[in-house]
Amino acid sequence: MRITTPEFSANAKAALADTDLQDALAKLRAGFTERRSKATERLPEFDALCDQARAIKDHVLANLDDYLVRFEARVIEGGGEVHWCTDAAEARDVVLALCRAAGAKSATKSKSMIAEEIALNDHLEAHGIEPIETDLGEYIIQLAGEPPSHIIAPAVHKTKEAVADLFFEHHAQYGYNQRHEEAADLLEEARQVLRSKYFEADVGITGANFLIAENGSIVTVTNEGNAELTQILPDTHIVIASLEKIVPTLEDATTILRVLARSATGQEFSSYTTFSAGGRRDGDLDGPSAFHVVLLDNGRSAMLGGEFQDMLRCIRCGACLNHCPIYSAVGGHAYGWVYSGPMGAVLTPQLIGLEAAGNLPNASTFCGRCEEVCPMKIPLPRMMRRWREREYETRLQPAVSRFGLALWSWFARHPAAYGLLTRLAARGLALIGGRRRRIGWLPGAAGWTAGRDLPAPEGRSFRELWAAGKR
Amino acid sequence: MTDLNQDQKEQPRVGLFVTCLADLFRPSVGFAAARLLEEAGCRVEAPLAQTCCGQPAYNSGDRASAKAIAAQVIDAFEGFDYVVAPSGSCAGMLRRHYPALFAGDEALEARAIEFAGRCWELVSFLHDLRGMRRVAARFDGAVAYHDACAGLRELGISEQPRSLLSSVAGLTLKELSAPETCCGFGGLFAVKYPDISIRMVSDKTKEIAETGAETLLGGDLGCLMNIAGRLSREGSPIQVRHVAEVLAGMADGPAIGPDIGPAVEEGDS
Repeated sequence: MRITTPEFSANAKAALADTDLQDALAKLRAGFTERRSKATERLPEFDALCDQARAIKDHVLANLDDYLVRFEARVIEGGGEVHWCTDAAEARDVVLALCRAAGAKSATKSKSMIAEEIALNDHLEAHGIEPIETDLGEYIIQLAGEPPSHIIAPAVHKTKEAVADLFFEHHAQYGYNQRHEEAADLLEEARQVLRSKYFEADVGITGANFLIAENGSIVTVTNEGNAELTQILPDTHIVIASLEKIVPTLEDATTILRVLARSATGQEFSSYTTFSAGGRRDGDLDGPSAFHVVLLDNGRSAMLGGEFQDMLRCIRCGACLNHCPIYSAVGGHAYGWVYSGPMGAVLTPQLIGLEAAGNLPNASTFCGRCEEVCPMKIPLPRMMRRWREREYETRLQPAVSRFGLALWSWFARHPAAYGLLTRLAARGLALIGGRRRRIGWLPGAAGWTAGRDLPAPEGRSFRELWAAGKR
Repeated sequence: MTDLNQDQKEQPRVGLFVTCLADLFRPSVGFAAARLLEEAGCRVEAPLAQTCCGQPAYNSGDRASAKAIAAQVIDAFEGFDYVVAPSGSCAGMLRRHYPALFAGDEALEARAIEFAGRCWELVSFLHDLRGMRRVAARFDGAVAYHDACAGLRELGISEQPRSLLSSVAGLTLKELSAPETCCGFGGLFAVKYPDISIRMVSDKTKEIAETGAETLLGGDLGCLMNIAGRLSREGSPIQVRHVAEVLAGMADGPAIGPDIGPAVEEGDS
């Protein structure tokens, strides 16, 4: 997919003018935040569980190599295979090779952000394998040819009418010629279309919410049951997961599960939470005969021990998106790549480079709501600031803002000169403000005055008045 | 215990951190803060070696300048029992971020931590530390209170201003429907991402109007100038003031921004 993070501002402007998107975002804001708040209120030990969950992840990150090796050993014992992939290209190639080895013409997929991160669908399609998204939201955006706009609600920006159009256009080939408008009818049609795809697919690809080191299991969390059909019906099951998904024990996974759904959708538990321990064993009635785990690094191991390590605690619940005033103003597509909202603002520069993604950590008021609702207590604002520091250190910011900042900070470090400057500015701006004390336009402050006035100063600086003895 | 010590205990020496916005745009906030601190039994001084807390540099990634400014602030307020700012954002910077800024700095980390421990936001200082529960002020009308993000989340300021405002004669407090949502100021964010910022502040002014309040109060001039500037552009009659002006009984002067008639169109292009 084309990366448009450098055009964040233009994307945002378009998003703000998109009324369908704005309606969807208003619903999202009201729905998810309220449900999360009720779910956490109902569980008195929620904060304590978050602390436990955070401690589990911190422990894992401090011993990641050890747990990954243990996980691999258990997978191999169960007859499966683990493929260690350094970057997106390697992971794509491994998945393609596995699909080819299975003689696959099509592969069903349950929702996976890692698959988005490595742009797997494009790769499979380009090599003659049809990928079929089975999560309803992912299926909708696959038909639309769009990336997800939310990590847990990928098609949240699509109206019912837009979905009706997409289904009408794409389902004619399966003999559906009626344009449905009711949500239930649309759902039923998608269900019917996908049902046959499940049986035709030679390979099922899922993500994983957890990889469990003690027994080599993987855990998927969905509300549609699609991950279950995806992994159990085809003969080959490929799991794609990034390496920080590991937890030591089943117990640890269940601890984190208790905060995951509550933080995400406000559910106590998602409708389907499946633990699967590899392929079919002797005596099993069903299940895939081949089980592969594609473990993706893609820059994550470089975050270990560094300033962005805490980001690897993220469990992709989406609470930071749902509560972010920037995300809820512009939606996910404005962020220009796979991950959006505060978690995307921290993770994206690591994955695609700060030069392309510099806008993202800057587009924050540091209101702190994201860190407040994050079940893993990831210091998102602090890390966004750290990216800004990297930008400053590597001189990526525009020369004019660097110069402005340098000039301002020179004055701030010279109190006498600063006092003179504010004295003059207080008078000057008050004059411009005039009798009505409002400034509708000011050179260099176009961003401020584009949609609001600048209240004019009172006319004398505090320092001046205080020094003159006013009390 | 000598008389002098007793005197110091009862009359702490407070350095007023005026904030750069109050210094330039609204000195009356500084004077209101000084009056409230005196009412709370403090001796107030405003050292002239102060300029700004350094947040613009800190949040723009210029850590070296932020540290230089922070070191200067710490020096300027050496010897004060407390440092009090009429802003949750600046107080949060002094109290929460200075120690982080100097973490691992042998020369200054300990000083920054000690300094941070003396720093307070005005209303929480009056309420929590000085035990102020009532003010003598009068302010007639319905007011809404805007919780500024840094004060709310970095310093836990929420109840204190409401408690003190409830003692103001004639004042009725209205609650916003989304008090935890940012107004879209965010320092340089407002200038760098104006479209988003203006959407956010427009949502906030709508929310304020829905309360029916005639006046909006808050504890941070950044947010207040953002909100007042938007209300002014919308031609709204709602007035905006810093909470300290009302608590100090000094709200008889003009409000922030224009308070007469709707906005004129000259700069709206």
